[in-house]
Order: sequence, then structure tokens, then C-alpha cells
Amino acid sequence: MAQIEVRDLRKTFQVSARAPGLWGALRGVVRREWREVHALAGVSFTLEAGELVGYIGPNGAGKSTTVKIMSGILVPDHGTCLVRGRVPWRDRTAHVAEIGVVFGQRTQLWWDLPVVESFELLRDIYRVPPPAYARARDELVALLGLEPLLDVPVRQLSLGQRMRCDLAAALLHAPPILFLDEPTIGLDAPSKLAVREFVRRLNRERGVTVILTTHDMDDIEALCTRVIVIAGGQLLSDGPLGHLRQRFGRERWLTVDLSDPGQADPEQVDPGQAFRAEEFGARLVRRDGGRVCLAFDPERVKPAELIARVTARHAVQDLFVEEPPIEEIVAKIYGEDGRIFPGGPGSPPP
Amino acid sequence: MKPLLAIFGARFRLLLQYRAAAWAGVVTQVFFGAVITAALSAFYAGAGDARQPLLLSQVVTYVWLGQAFFSLLPWRTDPEVREQVVSGGLAYELLRPVDLYALWFARALALKTAPVLLRALPLFVVAGLFLGLRRPASLEAALLWPLAVAGAVALSSAFMVLMNLSLLWSVSADGIHYLVPVLVMLLSGQLLPLPLFPEWFKPVLLVLPFRGLMDTPHRVWLGDLSGAAAAYALAHQWLWLVALIALGRHLLARGLRRVVIQGG
Amino acid sequence: MNALRLYARYVGLSWRAQLQYRASFALQTLGTALLSVVDFLAIWVLFDRFKRIAGWSLAEVAVFYGTANIAWSLAEGIGRGFDDFGSVVKRGDFDRLLLRPRSTVLQLLGREFTLRRIGRIGQGAAVLAWGWRSLGLGWDAARLGLWLLAVAGGVALFEGILILQATLAFWTIESLEVMNTLTYGGVQTVQYPLAIYPGWLRRFFLLVVPLGCVAYFPVVRLLGRTDPLGAPAWLGWAGPFAGFLFLGVALRAWRFGIRHYTSTGS
Repeated sequence: MAQIEVRDLRKTFQVSARAPGLWGALRGVVRREWREVHALAGVSFTLEAGELVGYIGPNGAGKSTTVKIMSGILVPDHGTCLVRGRVPWRDRTAHVAEIGVVFGQRTQLWWDLPVVESFELLRDIYRVPPPAYARARDELVALLGLEPLLDVPVRQLSLGQRMRCDLAAALLHAPPILFLDEPTIGLDAPSKLAVREFVRRLNRERGVTVILTTHDMDDIEALCTRVIVIAGGQLLSDGPLGHLRQRFGRERWLTVDLSDPGQADPEQVDPGQAFRAEEFGARLVRRDGGRVCLAFDPERVKPAELIARVTARHAVQDLFVEEPPIEEIVAKIYGEDGRIFPGGPGSPPP
Repeated sequence: MKPLLAIFGARFRLLLQYRAAAWAGVVTQVFFGAVITAALSAFYAGAGDARQPLLLSQVVTYVWLGQAFFSLLPWRTDPEVREQVVSGGLAYELLRPVDLYALWFARALALKTAPVLLRALPLFVVAGLFLGLRRPASLEAALLWPLAVAGAVALSSAFMVLMNLSLLWSVSADGIHYLVPVLVMLLSGQLLPLPLFPEWFKPVLLVLPFRGLMDTPHRVWLGDLSGAAAAYALAHQWLWLVALIALGRHLLARGLRRVVIQGG
Repeated sequence: MNALRLYARYVGLSWRAQLQYRASFALQTLGTALLSVVDFLAIWVLFDRFKRIAGWSLAEVAVFYGTANIAWSLAEGIGRGFDDFGSVVKRGDFDRLLLRPRSTVLQLLGREFTLRRIGRIGQGAAVLAWGWRSLGLGWDAARLGLWLLAVAGGVALFEGILILQATLAFWTIESLEVMNTLTYGGVQTVQYPLAIYPGWLRRFFLLVVPLGCVAYFPVVRLLGRTDPLGAPAWLGWAGPFAGFLFLGVALRAWRFGIRHYTSTGS
């Protein structure tokens, strides 16, 4: 049986709308106006134990709504959700004892207490038997390098340190499922790598199911074998990362370093000599000095052909072909193309 | 003058948003007033009106006036000023071409006026119709009363600025924040009508500035202070106002010097 | 770890945190003590002038006053976590409490146990002791038991009010100060014997918010007097249970509030 089963989830929120200005404020005294936001419009998916899933979408797409329903703190209007055979919001205490949740922007640790005291308090809250707690704590401290931080009050920790401590805190009770909400937001590069490495090991070596919500595509690329894309309350894509590229990422990028940088600058050179991407059947992505980046559809113009066309007209020092970064692909999905985008209220494209 | 008016307007609009808070405030005041007047009525029932400085009906009116103008008292420091002192943003205030004392005074005035209007009006209506708040005693009382209220508002603002000033010396002036409101409540007549205090204590109450906040306007309304007595009371308000403003400006100058020297 | 031990742990942490700021704590405790002294001063002034209120003396009123204030101060200290629950909801921190396999009530009670209320408790006890001695009443097991039961009922009732107030925060974060009419207003009311008040006020504090059952009947019985309005003496022992009942009602409302919260999101 699947570990997490979500079927046709729907959720609508009522948001109060207040008219601006003084007159609006006075009117607000008498009567309140409401607006409906359809956060989820029929979301379904299934997760097996041990998967590491990326859950991405623009702001307001319904990501946090889905995660809240799966963790049991929000009740959907329609649809079913089963986590390890339980309905999360019905058996709340039994359910939350088996999940760990980390919010990137909020810590669950006690602000004024040393880290280890927060851990001990959580041990008591989750009723973890002392030997199991000691084992989990020591392992997590070792894996995340928390030894020097244990006696430091949480308010004195840097963001990266706090995130590592929050990760440990969420796992002290050895939950089989972990929800990570923007875990690398605001972290510096080394901390991001540390967090990713930890999550990867957690999933590969311990088999912990991880649901990762993030805007950082590097997280997705580094960790996720499966990506679910949601926008406007509906799923746009659900499958391996490779499929995402395949479906939306047919483009390739050709980057050339021109021998004469001036040729790339349309203002410097006369029209006869200027670099024109359209002539080659490509689209100009960016220009940086003598380095020009072109996007092209390899089904219409083969890479070799494009290279030939460019080098025929310009002297090229160096070049390489690559796949566009995942952000580009996702931006496309989110809604450069209006047709892909369902246009639900409350979910504007970034 | 214009920036001060702008601040005034912004605050007013902000306060209008808290409409539920305003209604809740009215309910709270009505309740407290009812309990206090009920207790006082029970006291009077045993003793009779005759030998008391105020009739029961006057005491009831006094109490309701006190409830209506409850928010007039200088309860706490301006939270914006507190924020500025803590964050060091006070330095920016010093860069602006406005008299800082006048600015704080105007803010205090704005903080006083809007909530008072919001709460006093409905309370006047309810207490006046159902709970025993009587009309002003005479035409003279009705005309003098707004003057007394103006004096009270100004006094309260001056107090508030003084409390703000305490922040320049110590941000967590916890002691002051606990004690001042309580003392003010007692000595202004908010907790208990001043005329009911023991006779031997009254000279103290007479001299202190606090009675100008509550007792003076209430008793003008009641006609208990009239003619020359009223004039003296109003003069007492304004004298103290001048003294407090002078003290405030002096302390502000010293406090700012201190802040600048210490680097905010 | 069972709930009581977890709560004890929470309280220990809370007290440690408060006592860290020793100077501030001392000042605040002093502040609350002084505050309550001024509070009773107003009553003293009135008795100085009027001698009695509806047949009750200052010493008797002191017993009512002390009992009510002790119960409220204890309740306020214990229930601080519910008192500012509005800010918890506003910050979105309630989700985290729901994500823990424990009762939300336990977690909120554990947030803080304010110690500085001790100042007020001390003052209440002093006033109570003075009144008691002035009246020449003795202490025996039955009296002590009744008084403790009254205080327990009072604490339960005030906690119930605080929990109801917090429950309102699920619907609106504004204007929860209305509930102050029940807490501060309630204490203000029952510091005098309930009998002195007009009918509507008495009925409110007997039937709607049974503070009178908890703070009036037991004390009347302790003072060895009979209720001027004719209530039977056994109400002295039964009264405090109204407080426990009220707390039960408040907890149901709390559960209802959580259902609403999880349905509408934050």
C-alpha cells in the first residue's frame, strides 16, 4: 500500500477584502466583504515509502495548502488523504507523532534555551524512550556537525546553524516521513550543501520519505528523483525530473565566445557586421561582453548546423552546448505561456 | 504644522480600522461603570446623601464621565517612540526639521483624541439614556466643561511625553510603567471620586496635577466646581501644563544630549 | 512522559527564564504588589467614610477581596499562555503546536507561568489574613478545606474565561479585551459580597459566569453568616463546583475553535 495517498483534494478559502482609503475604512466598520480563493482544485498523487519528492509551484499555487492537509493541520473541503493508512486531521496526535516538519523560515526550537534543552523538551513531548533518544541525538549531532552548538541558545545561532538544528529536532523521534518547507532559504552556499547532503543521506540510507517544497531549483536538481508541479491549485506535472525536462525543456543553449567582442554589441558595429540571432534560427538569451548565449530548438535547427552557421559569419574563440537551467524550464511551466496556465485567482506568475 | 496634521490624520484612520476593538471597549467601560456605581450605591444606601460631599446621583454621573474618558489617562508610552529608542531610529528624528517636543506632543494628542472620541460618544449615549449620566448642571457648566476637557487632554499629552522621555534613560522602565498608571488612576479620581477621599488627604490632591485630568472636568460638569472655584481649577490645569511642558522640554534636551553622546 | 510531568518541566523552564532577569523581576513583583495595595486602598477609603456596605464590614469585605484576588492572580499566572494567544495565532505559531502529539491546552499552559503575580497574591493573602484575624475566626480543617476548594474553583473558573478568550482568537484577533470585563471586571465585582449588587448583576455572576458561586457562597459560609438573600448554606460547599463545570464548558469551546481553525486555515 502506498505510504501517502491523496485523491481529488479541494480547498477554498474566504479572504476578507477591505476597500482602500478612509471611506473604505469607514465602510469596513459596518460591513465586511469576502473574496473566494480556490487554493486546491482537485489534486491527486501517490507516494511510496522512501521517495524523495520535490513539490514546486509559484507562490499561491497550493503547495503549503497541500502540505498542511498532509500534516493534519488543515481539513480539505473535498477529497481524501491517507498517510500510513490514517486520515491526518482525524487522528491528529497519532499522525503527527509519525511525521517531522521543518519550516524554513520559522524555528520550532525554544528561543532562549540552549539547543540541547530544546531537544530534551522535544524528547519529552514526543515521548521518546531515553535510549532511543540518546541514539538518535548522537547520530544526528554527528551527521549535522552540531556538537559545538548544543549549549548555545537558539537566538544566538546563525541561520545555517539553526536550520541544521531544526533538522535534527524534527528527526529526534525517528519519523518515517519528513516534510521540508523551504529548508535552504536564506542559507549560504556551504550550509545549503550541508543540508542537501544530509537530506540525501537520510533518504538513501534510512529510507525516510521526504517531501520537499522549495523555490530553489538547485535543491530539486540535487535531491529529487520525482517532481510534482502545481499551479493555480492544479497539478501540471508529476513524474521523474527527466520527464520534466523532456516535456518542457526541449530547448538547448549554445554559448559562444566571439573573438571580437565588439561584434556582439549592436551599438558599436555597423549593421552589416552585427550579430543577429534570428538569422541563425535562434533566440538571444543574454549577451555579456563577447559571450553570447543563444537558445534554439534542436528539432528545428540541429546543434551542429547552428554552430556551422554562427562560425561561418563570426570568428569564434570558444563555444559549448548545454541544457538550460531548470529555472528556465519551470518558468515556462509557471506561465510564460498563458495557455499552460489555468489562471486561477491568487496565483500570478512570478 | 502640516506634518503634524498628517500624523494626526494617519492615526485616526488607523484607529478606525479597529472597529471591533472600539465596540468591545464600550462594552468593557459600561460593565466596569455599572459595577462601580452599583457598589457606590450600596455604600450610599447605608449612609444617606445628606452628609456626603456629593449626592449619589452626582457620584454616578462622575463615574460615568470617568468611564467615558478612560482613555484620556496617560497609560503608557508612545509605542513608536519606544521602537525608535530601542532601534536607534531616534537619530533620524533628530535630523528632521521639526521640533521634537512638539512632534511628540502632537503624536500624544492624536493618540488621546481619536480613541477618546470613539469611546466617549457611545458611552455618553448609553449611560445618558439608561445608566444615570445626568446633563451638565447649568449653562455655565456646559460652557466651561469643554475648556476643562481641553486642559485635561493637554495635561495628559504632557504626561505622556514625560513618560516617553523616561525611555531615553532606560528602555525597560518597567517600574514606571506599572506604578505611574496606578498612581494616576488613584490621584485623578478615576478609581474613586476625589471628593470621597478623607478630608485630611484632600490638600494633597488639590495641589497635585492629576486632578486636572479627571476630577476637574467632571466636577465642572456637575456644577460642583463653578464660578471662582472653577476658574481656579482651570488655572491649576494650565499652570501645571506650563510646568510640565517646561520640564519636558528641559529633560528632552538633556536626554537627547545623553543619547547622542552614547551613540543612540 | 505523562502530561503532569511534562507540565512541571515546562513550568521549571519558564521560571528559570523569568528569574534570569533578577532585577527586572524584583521590580515587577514590587510593582504588582504596590498596584494591588492601591487597589485595596480605594476600598479602605470608602469604608473610612461609610463604615459599612449593605451590612458588611471592612474586615468581612477583606476576606472576599483576598480570596477573589488570590484565585485570580494564580489563574492569571498559570494561564498566561492563553492570555496572549492572539499573538500566537497571528504569528502562525499555532500550527507548530498542532504538529506535536500533545494536547494544545497543555502546550499553551506550558508556555509561561508568570511569577510576578506573586506580588498580588502576597497582598491578597495579607488582606485576607488581616480581615480574618479582625473577625476573630479560627482555622480548622473544614474551614481550610472549604477555602482551598473555593480558591480551586476560582482558579478553574478564571482559567475557563481565559481559555474562552483565547478561543475567540480563532475567529478574530481584534478586540479580545472584552473578556477583561469577565476577569478584571469579575474580580472587581466579587471583591464585595455579591448580595450588595442589583439583581441583573447577581444573576449574571451566578448563572452565566458563575463567579459568584465560587467566590460568594463559600466565603459567606466561612464567615459564619447567612446570605441576606436567603440562599441555603450547602451552596457554600457546592459553589466551587460551578467553576469546574465552567472550565469543562470552556474546554469544549476550545475544541470547537480548533475544528474551525483547521477548517479555515490561518
